[in-house]
Amino acid sequence: MVKMTSRFYSNSLQTTDLKNGPTAGWLVDLQDVVKTYQGTAGTFTALKGVDLQVESGAFVSIIGKSGSGKSTLINVITGIDRPTSGEVIVDGVHIHALNEEQIAVWRGRSIGVIFQFFQLLPTLTAVENILLAMDYGAQHPAAERPERALHLLELVGMVDQAHRLPNSLSGGQQQCVAIARAMANDPVLLTADEPTGNLDSKSAEMVFHLFENLAQAGKTILMVTHDNELATRAQRTIRLADGKIVDEFTNR
Amino acid sequence: MIEQNFHSNTREARRKAAVRTGKPQPLIELRNVVKTYNSLAGSITALHGIDLQVYPGEFLVVTGKSGSGKTTLVNMVTGLDRSTSGEIWVAGSPLHSFSTEKAAKLRGKTMGVVFQSFELLPTLSVLQNVMLPMDFARRYSLREARQRAMRLLEQVDIPEHARKMPTALSGGQQQRLAIARAMANDPAILVADEPTGSLDSATATAVVDIFEDLVRQGHTILLVTHDKDVAKRGSRIVTLADGEVIGVESTALSGDAVSKGREGTNA
Repeated sequence: MVKMTSRFYSNSLQTTDLKNGPTAGWLVDLQDVVKTYQGTAGTFTALKGVDLQVESGAFVSIIGKSGSGKSTLINVITGIDRPTSGEVIVDGVHIHALNEEQIAVWRGRSIGVIFQFFQLLPTLTAVENILLAMDYGAQHPAAERPERALHLLELVGMVDQAHRLPNSLSGGQQQCVAIARAMANDPVLLTADEPTGNLDSKSAEMVFHLFENLAQAGKTILMVTHDNELATRAQRTIRLADGKIVDEFTNR
Repeated sequence: MIEQNFHSNTREARRKAAVRTGKPQPLIELRNVVKTYNSLAGSITALHGIDLQVYPGEFLVVTGKSGSGKTTLVNMVTGLDRSTSGEIWVAGSPLHSFSTEKAAKLRGKTMGVVFQSFELLPTLSVLQNVMLPMDFARRYSLREARQRAMRLLEQVDIPEHARKMPTALSGGQQQRLAIARAMANDPAILVADEPTGSLDSATATAVVDIFEDLVRQGHTILLVTHDKDVAKRGSRIVTLADGEVIGVESTALSGDAVSKGREGTNA
């Protein structure tokens, strides 16, 4: 295993320093969020005033056609993208008011981000990918991290693959490792952008089932999907069209 | 043209041969490398006994159609996959006999790898992505690493994007960033697997320009591509078909590039 104790990212910034206001009990609170992109072909408004509140422990699916603003919505919540106007408050932290460095530290500790194409580093083994995330989050003592990393791999059924490189794993297995990585710092929120979009239906089911287990264990999950059937298995579904929330329903 | 049969049994003999022929020792050498994959559908041999050398300072392109074994070859050279038989020597070390862990160390010390789909960490800024390998290698202090990362971003012409997230960059810019990251620890060799495969042709040309600049500065590059226009810009072009080398061609660049190769490549 590569020794991973970052000298570059052991930031002394406390996440609690970033909290700047009451949150009215919402874990995620979006107020009139607008996102406009300036391109060579002109401007494009991906989000046109979105209000969204998510309570802690909720499993929310976000559906809508391609180009409806789903990914942009996730990206402003994780701070990968910045809103043009409006407020994004996650766990009491006003993301829109932080600088890039503060966002990076906050994200590393508070959010587990899962992508369609897994985004594991191909030159690191499964367990090293998780250790890297722990290193950046610096939430657990360095000595405890290897055991915790293996425990997370066990949780997603991948402990036997711990020392394998991503390219020797199937897509479904890579996504399970990516989910374990997202859990590395015990985040308050998991976001997933089309996590089953690159998987066959059997692997998709395996991965989705993991999310269901995590939701049952009390994790707050926001998931973008264009699979309507999977979407209805979340507790709550919101539908975007043309940059706005046009529909919202509770499942079951 | 460099002979395909430049091949001896011991390192000492190879060294003597190098002195005799006036040619430097290869940075990478594959000897009779075979790779067979076993699956439920039966076994497939992706590489049928490949012999190949990459010399300091050359821009070696491996080309061939989809399924010819190009990516398997890259995975053997980078140690991201293991050969079924044969030997792979990297900077004088027997990679074929190394554990995953040891292979990772050798890779980290000697190689920068560039992938078709960039493989950047989307949750880190552009600058942090370049600094990441330096954090692993512990060769530079934080201050040096930051300065070096900025210099590398300047070299690939995207310094103004240092603080952005990778998703805010175009495909060509993301691949430039990936090249800067691959250069982070000043590797003896850059290995690129279809680096232009996700780019339009104008962007691809600009990215190959960067590789060419690096070769001019004395770096060594092994680039795999199926794109003929990209392939012809190498100083030596090896063509694969069905897991075998079917052609080796040197271009006008080659003698020049090899003679300018860097010293001290056995890092």
